[in-house]
Amino acid sequence: MFSGTGHKGAGSGLPIGSISSSRSSENEKKGPRASMIYEEIAANKRRSFLLISFFVMFLLALGWIFGMSYGAGEAGVAMALAVALVISLVTFFWGDKMVLGISRARPVDRKQNPYLANVVEGLAIAAGVPTPKAFVIDDSAPNAFATGRNPENSSVAVTTGLLKKLNRLELEGVIAHEISHIKNFDIRYAMLVAVLVGTVALVSDWMRRSFFYRGRRKKGGAGSGLIVVVALVLAILAPVIAQLIRLALSRQREYLADASGALLTRYPEGLASALEKISKDTEPLEAANKATAHLYIVNPLLEHRGKLNSLFSTHPPAEERIKRLRAM
Amino acid sequence: MGGAFVVLFFILVVLGVPVLILILLYNKLVRLRNRSENAWHQIDVQLQKRADLVPNLVETVKGYAQHEKSVLEEVTKARSIYSQAGTMKEKADATNMLTGALKTLFAVAENYPELKANQNFLLLQEELSGIESKIAYARQFYNDVVLSFNNAQQVFPSNIIAGWFGFKLREYFEIEETKRDVPKVDFK
Repeated sequence: MFSGTGHKGAGSGLPIGSISSSRSSENEKKGPRASMIYEEIAANKRRSFLLISFFVMFLLALGWIFGMSYGAGEAGVAMALAVALVISLVTFFWGDKMVLGISRARPVDRKQNPYLANVVEGLAIAAGVPTPKAFVIDDSAPNAFATGRNPENSSVAVTTGLLKKLNRLELEGVIAHEISHIKNFDIRYAMLVAVLVGTVALVSDWMRRSFFYRGRRKKGGAGSGLIVVVALVLAILAPVIAQLIRLALSRQREYLADASGALLTRYPEGLASALEKISKDTEPLEAANKATAHLYIVNPLLEHRGKLNSLFSTHPPAEERIKRLRAM
Repeated sequence: MGGAFVVLFFILVVLGVPVLILILLYNKLVRLRNRSENAWHQIDVQLQKRADLVPNLVETVKGYAQHEKSVLEEVTKARSIYSQAGTMKEKADATNMLTGALKTLFAVAENYPELKANQNFLLLQEELSGIESKIAYARQFYNDVVLSFNNAQQVFPSNIIAGWFGFKLREYFEIEETKRDVPKVDFK
């Protein structure tokens, strides 16, 4: 239930050569059509809204069907929901510290890495959000994530591997993507979705169990046989459906962060090139596991990266993301 | 009486809904206006930061390039002009002047390898580069906000509200594209 979203800067490695920042010199090239990015963002928000609406309606329908097929017994559900709520609140307020702790992230030293600090601050200015706290993770696998319940309490982390392997434009693309997640409240969004999924799972579980015990009691006030069958089938399928919706939403938000990030830098090629490099890298990220995988900019669980797996992945396939960026 | 309530409810809706819409649209316009003001000041903040770097920079360069007095004086002069600038126009002019002076300074620094290797100089250079980027980002954000603000004032129905309450369209921040042939100090 952790939330975060998944960029590199100049350590002592990059030459502090040019006066004009690399960004401004690259803007002389033909830039992206900003109108296309705006359209992409608008379309994405519509899709997200539709998915969430569908999800809520699905949940309501579920509750209704379950209610129809079975008399009462809301107490169990209420308690389960209470537990879910507590877990959600804890994650909401402390999730970011937990995730940073697990990754052993250390704060960026402005003197050691002024470029990274400046990039984060500059892009936060472009996005109109407060500057997130910047962290570095000692891991040679290139990756990055952002976390935090709102822009005022947010953090961005990059691995040392990312800092080494990407050039300045690519790093800016990655950081822009992460800051876009913060600006779009994707972390909070993911929490909301996780709560919905959890609720569906709990309700379905309760339904399945009540069906199991049904035969041993006198039937009282239960609905007709057909409703019961439908309810049971749903009780089995609903959690899976809920997960698929959650993953679909997660992928949409990744595309949105890509587009929003491109709008910040006005240079989608930076992120496209970074994604190419990161996705080709086959080194496993040490700190990541299934629970935190969705946070990172590219899925750190290598077996989930290919196109075939994409329905079950929190991230869209890198090739598709790169294609969309280059079409902007 | 049931009938009376229905009538009352109906009146409430007919009057209430437009008022609600009016409030929402007006508030949105106010927020956008404030955001654009704030964004404008953000640019100012970054420009000021750049000006504040100058004394330190001049001192560092002086240590290695005493003979380049004219260049150093240019930069210092540009900075003091900037700090005295009051109106928007004065500030814009002073900004351009400082930008030009700094470019010349770094071009000249090319000839002093010891200076280029100086830690403090490198840090300042990086800081300056960072601030230049932030100035650009601040301008970009300002323009983005102005776009939203102007849109809100022109689309229907908020254009009506904008007219009633005297909202004015804001100007974009257009940089005069000062020649970007910055002498690239490349270490390749």
